[in-house]
Amino acid sequence: MTNQSAQAAAQAITVVVNGEPREMTSGASLLDLLGSLDLDPRVVVVEHNRQIVRRPGLGAVRLQQGDQVELVHFVGGG
Amino acid sequence: MTTTVAAPVDRPLTIGGREFRSRLLVGTGKYKDNRTMIRALEASGAEVVTVAVRRVDLDRRHEQGILYHLDPSRFFLLANTAGCYTADEAVRYARLAREAGFNEFIKLEVIGDQETLLPDSEGLLQAARTLVSEGFQVMAYTNEDLITALKLEDAGCAAVMPLASPIGSGLGLLNPYTVRTIKRRLKVPVIVDAGVGTASDACVTMEQGVDGILMNTALALASQPESMARAMGLAVEAGRLAYLAGRMPRREIAVPSSPTTGLLD
Repeated sequence: MTNQSAQAAAQAITVVVNGEPREMTSGASLLDLLGSLDLDPRVVVVEHNRQIVRRPGLGAVRLQQGDQVELVHFVGGG
Repeated sequence: MTTTVAAPVDRPLTIGGREFRSRLLVGTGKYKDNRTMIRALEASGAEVVTVAVRRVDLDRRHEQGILYHLDPSRFFLLANTAGCYTADEAVRYARLAREAGFNEFIKLEVIGDQETLLPDSEGLLQAARTLVSEGFQVMAYTNEDLITALKLEDAGCAAVMPLASPIGSGLGLLNPYTVRTIKRRLKVPVIVDAGVGTASDACVTMEQGVDGILMNTALALASQPESMARAMGLAVEAGRLAYLAGRMPRREIAVPSSPTTGLLD
């Protein structure tokens, strides 16, 4: 693989966010994901491949192709 | 002119070592808007309010979340595992709720049937045991079965929550005998959850001696939720006071209230 195509291949990945596919840049973190969605990390809970990632750790988790991310929060309920 | 009546001594509702100001717990779902919800919650006098855990709607993310409307310093947010049909699901939601929330409490629901939303006792017990071992204060929503209630208590639940009737049905307290038997036999608090429809239901339920009531639809779907919330607050107080006051016995025959002597010829 040439350097150029290696770079191109590294650039876009698809992750599943709340059941929907989403393109992200390879190497983006969960914090980057929240930022791209304009979500406040203080009111969203992040589950990455079935593991809860606590807020301080969001910047350290790098997304990979095929990752499953669930973003949840409190809503009204009985 | 006010009259002071000496009231029987009551202790505050205490669950998982924590005292609460009100025996009325209220849900936050199904209100027509947030303003109506807040006014109803305030009118009810409730301290504990329940919330659910759901995916963020990524298309509508600029709307204010429920925490914007519910001040966590004023209300005690009790997360639930509504919508869970298996123990694994409920455990997953409970862990997410604990991460999102402000305390270790969880209202555990494991549902067995979509039409009636009645609990799946087997799944419920399994989830309860797992969550207790992870340090949760589990408040378990269950059917009115004494045996399941005892097992939930043995499993370490902080409270057992038998239903009055199915969620959202408004059918009131269908099984007073079993509910008061559960209360009589358990050492942990018993909070009746689900099915209360109007104030008299709440009053009758408290008269069974239970420690509190959780309701949602009764307020949210009332024509005037704020007024109904006030009525419910009063009903819970009245029912509790009536219980503590010790009701008169029921008799199959009449017993006159006026003297039977001194009657005219």
